[in-house]
Amino acid sequence: MTAIDPTAHLSAEQIEELGRELDAIRDEVIASRGEKDAAYIRKVISAQRKLELASRGVLLFSFFPPAWLIGTAGLSVAKIMDNMEIGHNVLHGQWDWMRDPKIHSTTWEWDHVSPSEQWKHSHNELHHTYTNVIGKDNDLGYGIMRVDEDQAWHPVHLGQPLWNFLNACFFEYGIAAYDLELGKNLNKRRRKNPEFRARAKAVGRKIRKQVLKDYVIHPLLSGPSFLTTLAATFTANLVRNIWSHSVIMCGHFPEGVQIFERRSIKGETRGQWYLRQMMGSANISGSRAMHFMTGNLSHQIEHHLFPDLPSNRYAEVAVKVRALFEKYELEYVTGPLPKQVFSAWHKVFRLSLPNKKPKVKTPDREQELVAA
Amino acid sequence: MTSTALRSRAWKLLEMVTTPLLPSDYLDLVSPLRAGADLRGRIEAVHPETGDAATIVIRPGRGWRGHTAGQYVRIGVDVDGVRLWRAYSLTSPANRSDGRVTITVKAISDGKVSNHLVRRAKPGTLIQLDQATGDFVLPQAKPAKVLYLTAGSGITPVMGMLRDTEFDDVVMIHSAPQPQDVIFRDELHDLVADKKLRLTEVYTDTHGMLDIARLDGLVPDWAERETWACGPAGLLDAAEKHWSEHGVPERLHTERFRPSIVVAGDGGEVTFSTTGKIVGADGATPLLDIGEKAGVLMPSGCRMGICFGCVTPLKDGAVRDLRTGEITEAGPGVLIQTCVSAAAGPCDIER
Repeated sequence: MTAIDPTAHLSAEQIEELGRELDAIRDEVIASRGEKDAAYIRKVISAQRKLELASRGVLLFSFFPPAWLIGTAGLSVAKIMDNMEIGHNVLHGQWDWMRDPKIHSTTWEWDHVSPSEQWKHSHNELHHTYTNVIGKDNDLGYGIMRVDEDQAWHPVHLGQPLWNFLNACFFEYGIAAYDLELGKNLNKRRRKNPEFRARAKAVGRKIRKQVLKDYVIHPLLSGPSFLTTLAATFTANLVRNIWSHSVIMCGHFPEGVQIFERRSIKGETRGQWYLRQMMGSANISGSRAMHFMTGNLSHQIEHHLFPDLPSNRYAEVAVKVRALFEKYELEYVTGPLPKQVFSAWHKVFRLSLPNKKPKVKTPDREQELVAA
Repeated sequence: MTSTALRSRAWKLLEMVTTPLLPSDYLDLVSPLRAGADLRGRIEAVHPETGDAATIVIRPGRGWRGHTAGQYVRIGVDVDGVRLWRAYSLTSPANRSDGRVTITVKAISDGKVSNHLVRRAKPGTLIQLDQATGDFVLPQAKPAKVLYLTAGSGITPVMGMLRDTEFDDVVMIHSAPQPQDVIFRDELHDLVADKKLRLTEVYTDTHGMLDIARLDGLVPDWAERETWACGPAGLLDAAEKHWSEHGVPERLHTERFRPSIVVAGDGGEVTFSTTGKIVGADGATPLLDIGEKAGVLMPSGCRMGICFGCVTPLKDGAVRDLRTGEITEAGPGVLIQTCVSAAAGPCDIER
């Protein structure tokens, strides 16, 4: 572990200039946003719905093994599309500018057990505003893992590879619990809080509807294929969960990503905020299909800089953003999916064990950064 | 169990199948114009009328309840990907046999929707519709004598009336800059040839604006006629004054197309219409702060424009995006991020 700040070579003026250059990239996309982008999201939504319908249709005959395979694969892809390229991005308000009430962050509900409204708060507001700030951004280890050498080790962390694996399998439930801040809210006093109770109820309702649909209604509709359809929907949810968990782990966990201290964001300027997003995120390299299936979260760095720009524009933005990384001599953390997933898991295992006592850091720098 | 109750139960079951979407989200994929869907229409043809006006033929969805001649319809059109709503007079007769309706649109300078419809709209495009509305309509009892007083695109609701109902004695005075600017000119001349209409055209480029005092000369018995007038505010103001001065204001029916005039400056009076609070705002303070300071319960989030937790309907007026300087004007379905928007003039926020 080193305490070298990878942005130390930048002056305050340079950081502000960087901010202005990023603003210019953003303005350019906004000025050219239009018909093509609208057609894109409509096409994706319509394709997702058709794929889901078709797959569920095929699963009616899932007692026949090839039908099971095709239906399960189709449903898995449809669920991934719903969560990643559509749900995540619509709920970010990326398509609000179209003023179509049916594709809007205030009306969208996704195929996920966490109600959109709650997820928007914990994700858009807490995670995106306070990216990688210990104690402010709960996405750092989701409150169940140790993800930085500076965090105190406890024997319970020995189990974190297992927690992380279970979290991957049941990721949507993990997210729902996380959005509810269950760890914090389950103590005697807090769980009686009416606001918490209302939110927990909403999650319960959503879970009931989702479970009823996937594990009761659709299997029942399949008649003789009841059990095979049940297995198919379970598999599709599992595939979707493991896939999205993997993609999301690649966003902030791989080696090279910076973590920040709470006091480092005091009085943060726009330029500094941008810089924190740049240093706190990591990309996944790959084909267009890969970017699509990750909901363009493979462009995590660009997404964190501009969370409300339409996802189909991140690829072109990435070229310009990467040029800025080079210009300002910053490390653009990226790599193919297997490498990034391995890197993130490696960290989970490594930090499940205690490390040497963290160094006492000099408190004089305002932009204090801890390199993992 | 009644059939309605049965149907609603079946629908509930269907909702369980499609959750978290609705059955209609899937049905819209195949049949967007079906009964029970949100009201939409499909553009089937675009016929040019003049150099800057065109008639749009629309097949309305099954939920369309029809219209009365002279009424208008609000339509939502996606222009450059953004849904914009405008109102246009219906120009088709109410009983058109093929069930289609038409609107006739004149492209106005800087008019986003009108230019799109006249020059770029393609047959096959889906648009959003509201039901027809408006009380600029003919009475049930036929008046003996009728006068239509129109100018520019003010002819559109009147054309709907002319095509819908025949009267024994109809006079029309229509103003347009030049002959080639007269929308429906051929059809009007056909009516004249068939002796179904007496028409006076006023070409304002050469004759100047119609002086209402000339009315006595053009239509000596105007005061005995039931009159429908539609055109620019100047013409309608003059007509209302004229009819009042001659003691026959009840004979005059007017329709005003209100182009939304939004004053986009720096700051203005902000009305929080749900709570009834009215406060002044400068052009640099986010409306979120303005509302909170005034004691209005405002939803908030990241306070930097990224979480979309503060979006709120803008009911009236205009706001400026503090990041880009972009002006957003009020309209149906227009929501703004209050944390990065400041008043660009008087505005009304639904809080």
